[in-house]
Amino acid sequence: MTEMSKIVKTITAITFPFVTIYGLYIIMHGHLTPGGGFQGGAVVASACAMILVAYGSKWVLDRVKEKNLSVFESLGAIGFIGIAFFGLIFGAVFFKNFLVGSNFLFGIIPASGSGLADINTGGVLPLMNLAVGLKVIAGLFAIVLVMAYATTSYKEGKK
Amino acid sequence: MSKRNIVAVLFFCLVAVFFIFAALLMHPFGEIEESSMDDYIINNAQQDTGANNGVTSVVFDYRGFDTLGEATILFTAVASVIMIFRRLKND
Repeated sequence: MTEMSKIVKTITAITFPFVTIYGLYIIMHGHLTPGGGFQGGAVVASACAMILVAYGSKWVLDRVKEKNLSVFESLGAIGFIGIAFFGLIFGAVFFKNFLVGSNFLFGIIPASGSGLADINTGGVLPLMNLAVGLKVIAGLFAIVLVMAYATTSYKEGKK
Repeated sequence: MSKRNIVAVLFFCLVAVFFIFAALLMHPFGEIEESSMDDYIINNAQQDTGANNGVTSVVFDYRGFDTLGEATILFTAVASVIMIFRRLKND
């Protein structure tokens, strides 16, 4: 994919941080507000795709290698399964929510019914949201990046 | 009309009748017969998982294996896309 005009590049550079922060907010507040790892990861990955469309795949590939993205995606998957296995170790059941009610990280149980939300709740749910979010960001960005680069090298002829 | 087309039309009519009966036998929207599991999740999800978002507590806690399958599907998709397009890149 070739780069676009200077106007598009500038607007993309201005809006990119806001979109990324919004996606990270959706991931981090997955246990309090609508959304979660998949949805927030899709938002951040679409911000990265926006950068790719505006700046061209060559510019992006000089800075991000798709191998590193694969490493991050595998890290997310390992984190997700690892938290599930920690449930097997500490709570005797696979996918056991072992952190809830422990007064440790994310361990507070909220008051029943509606009320003010506290981010320090949810047990392992925020950690799993983070793992799935990392996985979706890296995975979707790797897909878009590899496909964009393949089309450009196909258009330019074999090299 | 060949024999093959007749069989296809007969099969289509059979499936259509089946679907029409299934649509007529459907429950009216919003009236469930068995609601004990829904009531359990609505009443106890906040105390069981500590999360205010009931959907996330179902997706990541009560139905964790389903999310594991989704993550595996995403992993397979990424691996296959990279596998397909890497070949075109290195030619």
